[in-house]
This record gives sequence, structure tokens and C-alpha cells, in this order.
Amino acid sequence: MGLIQNFPAVSILLCLFAGIISSGLKKQAARYVNTILISGVGFLSLCTLMYILETGEAFVYVMGKFPAPWGNEIRAGVLEAFMALFFCIIMLLSLAGGRKKLADEVEDGKTFLYYVLMDLLLASLLALVYTNDLFTAYVFVEINTIAACGLIMIRQNGRTIEAAARYMIMSLLGSGLLLMGLCILYDLTGHLLMSNIKEQMGWIYLSGQYKMPALVTIALLSVGLAIKSALFPFHAWLPDAYGYSTVSSAAILSSLVSKGYIFLLIKIIYRVIGFEVFYESRIVDVLFAFGLMGMIFGSISAIRENDVRRMIAFSSVAQIGYIYMGIGMGTQAGMEASIFHILSHAATKSLLFIAAIGLTDVSGGSRQFIELTGSAYRNKWAGVAFTVGSLSMVGVPLFSGFISKLLFAQAAVQNDVKMLPALIVLGISTILNAIYFMKTVIRIYTPVEEHKYESIAFKNMKLYVAALLCFIILNVVLGVSSQPIVDLIGQGLAMFS
Amino acid sequence: MSKLKPQEEYEKTKAFRFFRWLSGSKDFYVGEVEMKPQKETEVPETTILERMFEQQMIRNKVYDVKNNKKLTFYNKVYVAAAIFFCIALTVLLLDTVSYLPRTGNSGNPDNNVVSKRYIEHGLQETGALNIVTGMILTYRAFDTFGETNVLFIATCCVMILLMLDEAILKEIEEKDDRRFEPRDDTILQGTAFVLCPFIFIFGIYVILNGQLSPGGGFSGGAILGAGLILYTSAFGFKKAQRFFNELVYKIAKITALCMYGIIGSYFYITGANGIENHIPLGIPGHILSGGIILPIDICVGIEVACTMYAFYALFRRGGL
Repeated sequence: MGLIQNFPAVSILLCLFAGIISSGLKKQAARYVNTILISGVGFLSLCTLMYILETGEAFVYVMGKFPAPWGNEIRAGVLEAFMALFFCIIMLLSLAGGRKKLADEVEDGKTFLYYVLMDLLLASLLALVYTNDLFTAYVFVEINTIAACGLIMIRQNGRTIEAAARYMIMSLLGSGLLLMGLCILYDLTGHLLMSNIKEQMGWIYLSGQYKMPALVTIALLSVGLAIKSALFPFHAWLPDAYGYSTVSSAAILSSLVSKGYIFLLIKIIYRVIGFEVFYESRIVDVLFAFGLMGMIFGSISAIRENDVRRMIAFSSVAQIGYIYMGIGMGTQAGMEASIFHILSHAATKSLLFIAAIGLTDVSGGSRQFIELTGSAYRNKWAGVAFTVGSLSMVGVPLFSGFISKLLFAQAAVQNDVKMLPALIVLGISTILNAIYFMKTVIRIYTPVEEHKYESIAFKNMKLYVAALLCFIILNVVLGVSSQPIVDLIGQGLAMFS
Repeated sequence: MSKLKPQEEYEKTKAFRFFRWLSGSKDFYVGEVEMKPQKETEVPETTILERMFEQQMIRNKVYDVKNNKKLTFYNKVYVAAAIFFCIALTVLLLDTVSYLPRTGNSGNPDNNVVSKRYIEHGLQETGALNIVTGMILTYRAFDTFGETNVLFIATCCVMILLMLDEAILKEIEEKDDRRFEPRDDTILQGTAFVLCPFIFIFGIYVILNGQLSPGGGFSGGAILGAGLILYTSAFGFKKAQRFFNELVYKIAKITALCMYGIIGSYFYITGANGIENHIPLGIPGHILSGGIILPIDICVGIEVACTMYAFYALFRRGGL
């Protein structure tokens, strides 16, 4: 076994260690540990990705001396390593962009706890990505949920506490359904390891025995993870949680935490239940329908919103709808489009959140549109970044959003039943996206005569601007050179089975 | 500023205009785009009293929960929907259970190679008489490490919510010095004086015998934590702080978790790479047996005890 095969396990353990040690450090030291950790884990993931691309096959790594199905096991393929790398990049940039705001909004004595939570969140995301065992996934889903609650409520005002309570209730409901699904699955198959369950599920499907419990299990797993990732009818917790928490938290919650659950669902579809069995059940149509509804209703809520942060948050509901529509399409192309949209949405939404905070800061901290008028002149970098993010969300060529919309449309054309609704809703949703994002862009570029607020100089926000630039570059890279990434996703999905 | 060109000429170049735009000293719209000032809105001449009255009326109307028909209607709808969904989910799950294989049949899917190996080879492979402890701390050690971290992160979240600043804590204490300290309750103190040593010894016993009998780190740690809570509620925080203050808490927690992590990592990495690990399994039935189980049990015990006590202290006092 080569040295590099140790890297996925080592990166999870490093994150846990960093979290534990940071709980005894001062905030400055905890911050350094966190930055070094994320870059280090990103480097390890890059090495893993290169290694897998070179050897051309996924590998499993036994945690301990007992092989699966007795012991724990993790598994790394192209898609897993790529996701880990991508998550690290987004997390690093989001933290860098929101660092100054964090100092204002979080009590001095509790800042180190923020980095502890961040380390453990990264550990749980990596574990969700790499795991090959459903119970390990459940344990790290728990860590992920608690860490996310902490990230919301660390900025202590009444609204975040309420948002955290809502998030916790909904998220625990999701965890509960997931756990029930796992219990029934264990009762039916007698295994917790993904590959063994898939074998058994194939048998169950062929023999026709236990058909009803198998269907209920698939439903429970899908609905549980859909609640946790804020699919449309379960999205009530989302606007407050993303709208009022400190900006790095909002960016990380929207672009990583919900995406971790969706990735787990995709993994369950491919590696636990089996692609064909999943599509034979009608659950997939439910996901498709909810996805379509989310695309419309999320956008309508965003149009009616008068608060820029909450508007971006509602836009997330619509984008999660896109991802579930792709999963619900029932084709390989739809799944590829969904995974690409996970990447593109993560890169764009965190950019938007971080740009929006720059704009509200030069508007006296107010988030109402009326105060934001002309803010792009007061903070030019944030204005440019917000425009880029908006264009990408609307789906203008050159940016990542265009490619994902193109992929969704291509996938829709291949499916003759779902083509019409998917294309129509895609069109309507794009127009709605354009309405609320372009409205904001026009608003921030409308000049005001009377200078009510001070503008901010470049030298006071070097780190912020650097983070924004990296995000813009990431967006353009995803938009311009999308073909290798789509190929990578296809290769990764092929490695799943 | 450019050194090559005179100032006037430089001001005409694009570079100068770009830097001027960048530094924000020139707004292109001022003087070049026609801008109309907004019309001043006419203030209606209602007196302050009238406005206040209006506001009060609106407030009364908004917060008049009893007569708000919409609100009562939706409240009823929500309750009805919640009850309906709960019943539907319960019926669905009960129906599902009736389709599942019956408990205890030998032919059930969960009676397979996995549990067979745990039962038949568990003793040789882990050195633990207690199969459950052997399973969670050796076969599935990684899951348990995650589970311990769940406790750790839960404490962090409670700290975020409830921990008060040192200064505020001191202020509260000075204002009301009996707030956190109990009145000298003779019965409670007498009972605690007798019980605490036994509780601690029993907790340590349960932790150390995790591999031999029912128990282990989680249950033993909970007993230790309960003992600490009993001691503190009888004798007060000041006495408890003589041996268990924030520093001790931090050191104990971090050392325990790090030790667990180090032992665990050594076990995972050597196991995965096929290297022989040098942890002796010992003779089954002795205290010093079970390989990595005993040290891990001790670490988990310390962590759980710290967590229990920290929850109590944070909820009651807002600090350790």
C-alpha cells in the first residue's frame, strides 16, 4: 500500500486533531492552525487526486487491522478526492473573505471556538465524502449538524439564536429520518458497508421479497437528506440561518454543508441502493417535482425579499432545486449536471455572500435595497465581484452558471418524459433569476448625488479583495474550461460502481 | 504620480484615470451625468400625539392575537397538519415494520458473517470478554472516535451559548455571593460526603473493567461526571475549583482526546498498511488486557466526565 493511499484517512484525523488542540489555544493561534490545516488538507487531497488519476482506479482504506465488513473502511475515487480539494478551496477563501467581519461580530473570547467548529466541520465533510460505511456517515452527519448550529449562533443576537434553533429542529428531523432509514436497511441486509448493502439490495430487488420496506428505506434516506440540504418544502429554516449568521458561516453553510449532504445522497444512490433500483422506485419523480417547485418558488421569494442577504439565501433554495431536478432526471447526464452545479453553485454563492457584505458595510450596515443604492462606487471591488456572481447565477456565458444550465438543458433533452417540464421551468427560473439579480446590480450601480456613507479604500481590505479575486478566477475557470471537469465528474461516477 | 511625464500631461493618460478611479477620488458620474435631486416628500401635518395614537392602534391590532382570525385559523391548520403528518408517518413506519423479518429467526439477513465473526473470534482478536466493548473500540474504533468528537463539539456549542466573560462572572458573584454557592445544607452535604468517594471509585471501576464486564468509558465517565456534579451542588463551586477549574478541565480534556487520537491513529495506520502493531492483547479476563481498549476507555471516561460536568457548570453558572 502506497504512502499516498494513507492521505484521505490522515486528512480526516488531522482535522480532528486540529480541532481538539485548537480548543486550548488563543484565537490567533487557532486561526493559524486552521489556515495551515485547510491548506494542508487541500494539498493532501490534490496528491490523492493525482494518484488516482494516474492509477485509474479507486482504492479502499481499512481503518484498523480488521477488514470490512467487520471494521471501518473509507474509499477514495476521483470524484471524492476532487470534492475534498474543492471544499478546502472554498472554505479557505470564505474564511479569508469574512475574517474582518468575524472580528466585529464574534465575541473576542469565543473566536477560538469558531475555528474549532471549522476544523471539525471540515473533518465531517471529508468523512462524508470519503466514507464507505453508512454508520460512519451517520456519525459525521451528527458532527456536521452540531457544528453548523454553532456556526450560526456564534454571532449572538436574537435572530441567529432563533435561526439556529429552527435549523437544529429541521436538521435533527432529517437526521432522525436518515437513522430510521439506516436501521431498516440494516435489518434487510445485515450490513453497514456500502458495497455489501448494494449486493444485498440487488438480491432483494430481484427476488421481490421485502419490496415495501426497501421502498420506505429509499424514501426515508432521500427525504432525510433532502430536509438537511433544504429542498423546497423543507427550506423554512434557510433564509434566517444564511441571512443573519456571520458572513463566512453563511458562505460555508450554503456552499459546503448542504452540498456535503447532497453528495452523500448521490453516493447512497450509486453505492448503496444502486442506480437502477433507485430509478425504478418512484421516489426519484418526487425529488424531480420538488426540485422544479423549488426553482420557481425560491426565485419568487427572492424577488419579494427586501433584504439583500436574505435574497441571496432564497436564491440558494432555487439552486438546490436545480440540483435535485438533475438528480431526479434519472440519467447519467442529469447526475453529471447536478454535480457540476454543486461546484458552480458553491463557487458562486460564497462569492455573492462575501461581496454582499462588502456592499452592506459601506451602506452603514443596512441590508435594505434603498440604502444599497450606489454602494458599488463606494466599494468597487465588492461591486465588481457581486456583478460577476450575479451574471454567473443568471447563466451568462464565460461564467460557471452558464455551463451548469447548459448541462441541465442537455440532460433534459435526453429524457423524453421529463424534457418539457424541465426545460420550461429552467427557462422561467432563469428569467426570475435575472429579475432579482439584475435588479440588485442596477441598484448598486445607480449613482447617488448625496454622499451619505464613506467609501472604503483598497488598503483596508487587501485580504478581502484577494479572496474575491480568487473566487472570480475560480468562477471563470469553471465557466471557461468546463470540459475537463465534466470529464472528471463522468470518470468519478463511473468509479462509483 | 509618474516620474517620466510632467504632472499635467500625466493627468490626461488612461493610467492616471484608472488609478484615480481605483482610489475613489473621482466619481465619473458627478458633473457628467445629469442627476435630478429627489423630490422632498411632504410631511403630513399630523401631530405627534396623533401619530403615537395611530401607532398604538396598529400595534394593538397586530398583537391582538385573540381576535386575529387569520392567525388562529393558521395555528389550527398547523396543529392539524402536524398531527396528521405524525399519524401518517407512524402508520407508515408500523406498516413497514410488519414487513420486516421477525426478530430472532436464524435465517434473518442480520445473522450473517459479520455478527458471527464478532461472536466467535471476538475474544481472540480483541482480548476483551465484553463483546460490545470489543466491537465498538476495536473493530469499529473509527466510528467511536467520531462519536467522542460529537460530545466534544457539543460542549463547544454550549460554551458558545452560555459561557460568560470572566469579568461579568465576577461582577455577578460580588453582587450576590450566595447565588452559585449553596446554603450549607447539612443533609445534602452529609450525604455527598459519604456518597462521593464511592461514586468516584465505582466510576473508575466501571471504566477499568470495560473490557471484562458491562460498562466502559461512556458509562463510567457518566458516573464520574455525576459524582462531580453531586459534589459541586453540595459544597459549591469554590471548593470544587480547588481541584477542578477551567485549566484542569482544558488539560484533562485535550490530553484525553489527543491520547485517544494518537492511539487510534497508530492503530488505523499500522493496521491499514499491514504493519504489526506492538500493543499486547494480554490475557483475557485480567485488568490489563484487551489491547487498545483499556487506554481508550480511560480517555473516553475522562472526556465524558469532563463533558458532563462542563454542561452542568455552564448551565448553572456560565463558566467552569
